Amino acid sequence: MPDSQNLTEAPRPETAGVAKAGAARPAPVGAEANSPAVEFRNIDIAYGKFVAVRDFSLSIRKGSFVTLLGPSGCGKTTILRSIAGLVDISGGQIMIGGQRVDDVPIYRRNIGLVFQSYALFPHKTVFDNVAFGLKYRNVPKPEIKRRVGKALEMVRLPGSEKKLPSQLSGGQQQRIALARAIVFEPQVLLLDEPLSALDANMREEMRVEIKKIQKETGITAIFVTHDQEEALSMSDRIVVMNAGSAEQIGTPEEVYERPATAFVADFLGKANMLAGTVSVSGQGTATMVLATGQTINVACPRPLAQASNVTVVVRPQKLSVGAAASANRLSGRVVSASYLGGSAIYEVDIGGRTNIRANASISGRVLREGEVIDLGFDPEGCVLLDESGRRIS
Amino acid sequence: MERRWTLYDPRLAWMLVAPVLLLLIFFLVLPIAVMAAYTFFTFVTAGVETSALTTANWHEFFTDSYYSGFLLKTLRVGAITALLCGVLGYFPAYFIWATTFKHKWLLLLLLIVPFWISFTIRTFSWINILGEQGVINVALPKLGIINEPLPMLYNEGAVILGMLHFLLPYMILNVYVSLEGIDRTLISAARSMGCTSAQAFREVTLPLSLPGLAAGLLLCFVLAAGSYVTPQLLGSGRDALFGNLIYDTIMGELNWPMGATLSIVLFVVLGFFAAIYTRYMGMSQIVKGLAG
Repeated sequence: MPDSQNLTEAPRPETAGVAKAGAARPAPVGAEANSPAVEFRNIDIAYGKFVAVRDFSLSIRKGSFVTLLGPSGCGKTTILRSIAGLVDISGGQIMIGGQRVDDVPIYRRNIGLVFQSYALFPHKTVFDNVAFGLKYRNVPKPEIKRRVGKALEMVRLPGSEKKLPSQLSGGQQQRIALARAIVFEPQVLLLDEPLSALDANMREEMRVEIKKIQKETGITAIFVTHDQEEALSMSDRIVVMNAGSAEQIGTPEEVYERPATAFVADFLGKANMLAGTVSVSGQGTATMVLATGQTINVACPRPLAQASNVTVVVRPQKLSVGAAASANRLSGRVVSASYLGGSAIYEVDIGGRTNIRANASISGRVLREGEVIDLGFDPEGCVLLDESGRRIS
Repeated sequence: MERRWTLYDPRLAWMLVAPVLLLLIFFLVLPIAVMAAYTFFTFVTAGVETSALTTANWHEFFTDSYYSGFLLKTLRVGAITALLCGVLGYFPAYFIWATTFKHKWLLLLLLIVPFWISFTIRTFSWINILGEQGVINVALPKLGIINEPLPMLYNEGAVILGMLHFLLPYMILNVYVSLEGIDRTLISAARSMGCTSAQAFREVTLPLSLPGLAAGLLLCFVLAAGSYVTPQLLGSGRDALFGNLIYDTIMGELNWPMGATLSIVLFVVLGFFAAIYTRYMGMSQIVKGLAG
């Protein structure tokens, strides 16, 4: 263990019994009071020859809820673990509350961690689990009792102090894990796919709960997930990650409505990507011919070179069906139709071996497989990507 | 409605288990039953007994303090050996578990390598180390450290040393398996909440590895208390354990009824400890340890 020379050192005596997150240490010279809660400056993380994270920079405001979203292996968990000090960074700097933490060992970083596997101590009662962080901050016993009780109330499991983790359901265990991570009011709360081990119903409930608790406590939270719904519904900001670097950083609306790259467009919400060439480009608008033959008009932030290749990104929800499809009419045949009650998802063959998805509310009846269908979208209802897959802006 | 079919045929299960069951009945249960019957036979003279039923053997065992003394001493030596195994075995197990060395399997293999050599030969090897003409007693006088050879062999210490030698791998494997079963995110969690690595060990690793340690202690205790070869080779007459007493009674005095009585006593006593353990800790720990 790297810090074995510090075995006898008491952990963070200066934080004993602190009441406010972020107020744990006196602000050092140069660290402003309103410095970001967490800041990454050009960090690299490599495991031997494998580079897991490349030149990643991000600044996280105090009290905000930031999600690292991406497919498995994109480096999101590695970044989270680097904040806690569970992985070493090979380049750059990580700052917590305006202070560099490169040399601060994990047990002095004052961080709350929630794991996918709950990681509750199976041999300790709920009380001892939740009290754990307070105990190592030398909080007096009556105060520990009061704060554990409060934390358990916050996660809506009051009175469960004497139970063992094995006597609780998965959702309850994760609530206890959450209580355990926030009870000592850490500077940052790190959530590593905390919902992935739960079943679907539980997941949605916990989603709301975590968000509510984060708001109530005002704690800075960094959440890692591969689930776009979780990311969109919970976050103040989303960092969409791919292959070790950030593809786009923005609010849920921004990353969903205005994806910066083809990867973001595809990863969030399975957008339709239509290849085409520009035929006429004017001020604020462009006319293009799709690879499938149709001519469409799209809003375009800047004039485009004629005959340049462009990808049009249209969300399934932005496509209207039937009589409502006035602008940019694309006709095709229904390949499959899924009835979802209020709306239906159509998979439509618009020719040229191109299928597009439309998610439209139902007017009249649900069209069946093989029937002719008209689709359309507003010129403003799409995003244009250039040849390298970046958004044209 | 009655179901006419079953997912699997229960007869098949019986057929599959039958060979083992027969083996156990004929070679374990039956012999023990015969031994139990022998304890009530009458000893006439060396090598001769009659099937006239008597409780004389049991009476002798319970009244003659010679036997109970032997039993207590055996349990004491077994307990000392087990405890030493626990203390000495935990650290290598922890090391193998905690090391970042890539080829852990090699370290585990090294634990098993001694088993490739006959247990008796391994025990004999101590004579060449500790004996009057052994390595130590030849080397030390030459270096001028001692004048007289050290009396290291044929005493209780040598017996315990020999048993440690053969029992340590069992202990290490038991502890290692229980350590390996600990979810390492628990340690990350403890560290993130303010534990130093020593505190995380005390709070998480040690308590969660105790079942393995307990299983190892029981296994070592039972094997040590039941041992016969080690005290025979490395101990003097005074250091004999209960196993040697049984051997002498049967092979020396040719007193089969008394020998059977003593065998059943050792069987019941050690079985009692195993039963207590199973009741509180679960046999699965031992099985896991042996499978390790």
